[in-house]
Amino acid sequence: MSAATAALRPETTQAPSPARLSHLKRLEAEAIHIFRETVAETENPVMLYSIGKDSSVLLHLALKAFAPGKLPFPLLHVDTTWKFKEMIAFRDARAKELGLDLLVHTNQDGLARGIGPVSHGSEVHTDVMKTQALRQALDQHKFDAAFGGARRDEEASRAKERIVSLRTAQHRWDPKRQRAEPWHLYNLRKKRGESLRVFPLSNWTELDIWLYIEQENIPIVPLYFAAPRPVVERDGQLLMVDDDRLPLNPGEAPQQRVVRFRTLGCYPLTGAVESEAASLPEIIAETLAARTSERQGRVIDKDGAGAMERKKQEGYF
Amino acid sequence: MTIHPPKTAFEASTVAQDYAAFLATHRDKEVLRFIACGSVDDGKSTLIGRLLHDTKQIFDDQITALRRDSRKHGTQGQEMDLALLVDGLQAEREQGITIDVAYRFFSTDKRSFIVADTPGHEQYTRNMATGASTADVAVILVDARQGLTRQTRRHALLVSNLGIRRVVLAVNKMDLIGWSQDRFAEIVAGFSDFAAGLNFAEIRPIPLSAKNGDNVVEPGVNTPWHTGGTLLSFLETVPVREEALNAPFRMAVQWVNRPNSDFRGYSGRIASGTVRPGDRVSVQPGGREATVERIYTADGDLPEAGADLSVTLVLAEQIDASRGQVIAAEGAPLLTLETLDARLFWAAETELAPGASLLAKVGTVTVTATVERIVSRIDPETGRPGPAERLAANDIADVRLTLDRPVAVDAYADNRETGSFILIDRETTDTAALGLVLAPKAGGGDGGRAATPVDGAAEAAPAPGGLLGSLKRLFGR
Repeated sequence: MSAATAALRPETTQAPSPARLSHLKRLEAEAIHIFRETVAETENPVMLYSIGKDSSVLLHLALKAFAPGKLPFPLLHVDTTWKFKEMIAFRDARAKELGLDLLVHTNQDGLARGIGPVSHGSEVHTDVMKTQALRQALDQHKFDAAFGGARRDEEASRAKERIVSLRTAQHRWDPKRQRAEPWHLYNLRKKRGESLRVFPLSNWTELDIWLYIEQENIPIVPLYFAAPRPVVERDGQLLMVDDDRLPLNPGEAPQQRVVRFRTLGCYPLTGAVESEAASLPEIIAETLAARTSERQGRVIDKDGAGAMERKKQEGYF
Repeated sequence: MTIHPPKTAFEASTVAQDYAAFLATHRDKEVLRFIACGSVDDGKSTLIGRLLHDTKQIFDDQITALRRDSRKHGTQGQEMDLALLVDGLQAEREQGITIDVAYRFFSTDKRSFIVADTPGHEQYTRNMATGASTADVAVILVDARQGLTRQTRRHALLVSNLGIRRVVLAVNKMDLIGWSQDRFAEIVAGFSDFAAGLNFAEIRPIPLSAKNGDNVVEPGVNTPWHTGGTLLSFLETVPVREEALNAPFRMAVQWVNRPNSDFRGYSGRIASGTVRPGDRVSVQPGGREATVERIYTADGDLPEAGADLSVTLVLAEQIDASRGQVIAAEGAPLLTLETLDARLFWAAETELAPGASLLAKVGTVTVTATVERIVSRIDPETGRPGPAERLAANDIADVRLTLDRPVAVDAYADNRETGSFILIDRETTDTAALGLVLAPKAGGGDGGRAATPVDGAAEAAPAPGGLLGSLKRLFGR
């Protein structure tokens, strides 16, 4: 065969078909399949609800998966008590509007010890108020499967995460005991005490999330849209002064700047970006032209090399 | 390595006018899933890093991290090592090799892409099989200096086994052999000879340099003799999911949706084919027939639904279907089998011996499967069957399984979704094997035990007609 011969057995171009699925439709169908499969094969599933845009999409897909029936599992929000006020207001409004079974868990021991991101730093705070709190809640309610909104495109160690991911009785993730996950056959078996984390959005990218929010008109926390907000600049991060718990350094004063958030978490750990994008079209345009990844605003990813991988092994979602 | 200036994909000033067109493009474009296969030093991670970089998927903070990491772990001296973009886990970076399946995402105006990045190491056959199981296309990397290796043959055989029909032969590191057209032609000819026995519909050879970027996203100036386009142009135009859409309708019931006495729907993801209200279907095993009344979705009823869509079917007749059964087009029934002849990709660290009892998840049903016998072990390089008494990790073998009840399946060669299963270790609950249903041999046909016994001695002998003959026989074609 000559090297110039491009195709050995070229086939005719495919004919368009109404049954052919768009990228977003296929992602949606895959997520719905994962929800149904998990609910059918586990005893006591729960959906981790972090109030962010990915959680909004996750909830929307879950509702679709079981329509016209009701959501067959509760939602769990691990509240560190340091979330933006607007996040909590949004959470409560959505739960009421949709009639959701919403559980809110806070690590009371951590709270009593006064653990917080300002006093203890991001590592200790995340460990006690998020990782440990999550483990407490899962143990308390004996949940054997927890849906989460993590995506493989978020961070390098997530790229290797399975859709159905096994956790030990201590909620640890063992990268060496990852199961093969061929076709669309999910192994939802586990030993007593072990549990599963299930990620229906594994194959979504940040842009897919935004396009889907736009297409489906999914409500999201207003913090994602640009608006004048009181911020201080620290170590290259723009932090919003959401309440009086953020101590100001000498000479530091909150300034009103037009900012928005690409991800949402605990407010002292979540950097804002300067942006004029106040609508979904503008956000999508900005996302497409973006020169930094969305997790750049996350302080916890910078707790040293392999930070996320280590946190996951310890049981961070 | 050159960092290209960012192409401004989207100017803020033209947001309003471009937005509708942009949304239409990005919402409606298709997704292509492909697997990249290569040996440790073929430059696979660099190639994927190159695709991500040149399609502008890499952000500034990631570039900064990459520059830092390149100094620490890179193999490219002072240059940025694109492979580090895709070598995720810390342990891997330290070892300098990729040890697991990772999924990467990028998109262009024409398509979205999901890349399964799988290791080339021999002991990780299961990871490559996993990556290949959902891929539409395989990109098989060859180092131009090395030419075809045992690994190349293994990778080609494996992706062919897993039902991939379109492959790219990516001859990498062409810059290191002076872009020799003769050398390229020699490698292509060698691959064509080998692949003649495999079930590929299309092979696209492309000479490239992942390190420099030639013929990956941008055409290379060094290959005026190459008319086969770039890797990206092929990936943007190759047919997607043709076979699934053209196969008969199948949908495994995942969930019976019964919110009240007025609604009873069967939820599932369509494995293949299309369905319309009014279609006659049969529910298998069992074979009870019914008519599709509605295709319910949360967004309203559909006039038609095709492969990969998740729907809820409402049937006109009051029949009792349940999770685990398959709703199929009338007149195109699945096989109902209690004895399964199957090809296994053994994934567990433990050995498999005849008599072993495992769980088999087939579609949405899980049954008990007992290994009646190991028919043959398949040579991963030649595809030839040989004798085997036990299977070890990463062995490929044909076995006969006895199930505790009949299941509805297709031969894998006919349908990847309904012809596949996993075996689960009862004790560890880990996924022990990937399984492909082999077509029952002709001459059977007593329903529950359709397959006739296979003569082990004949099976163990080199197959007549070489690889092609053996594959045809194994897949019943």
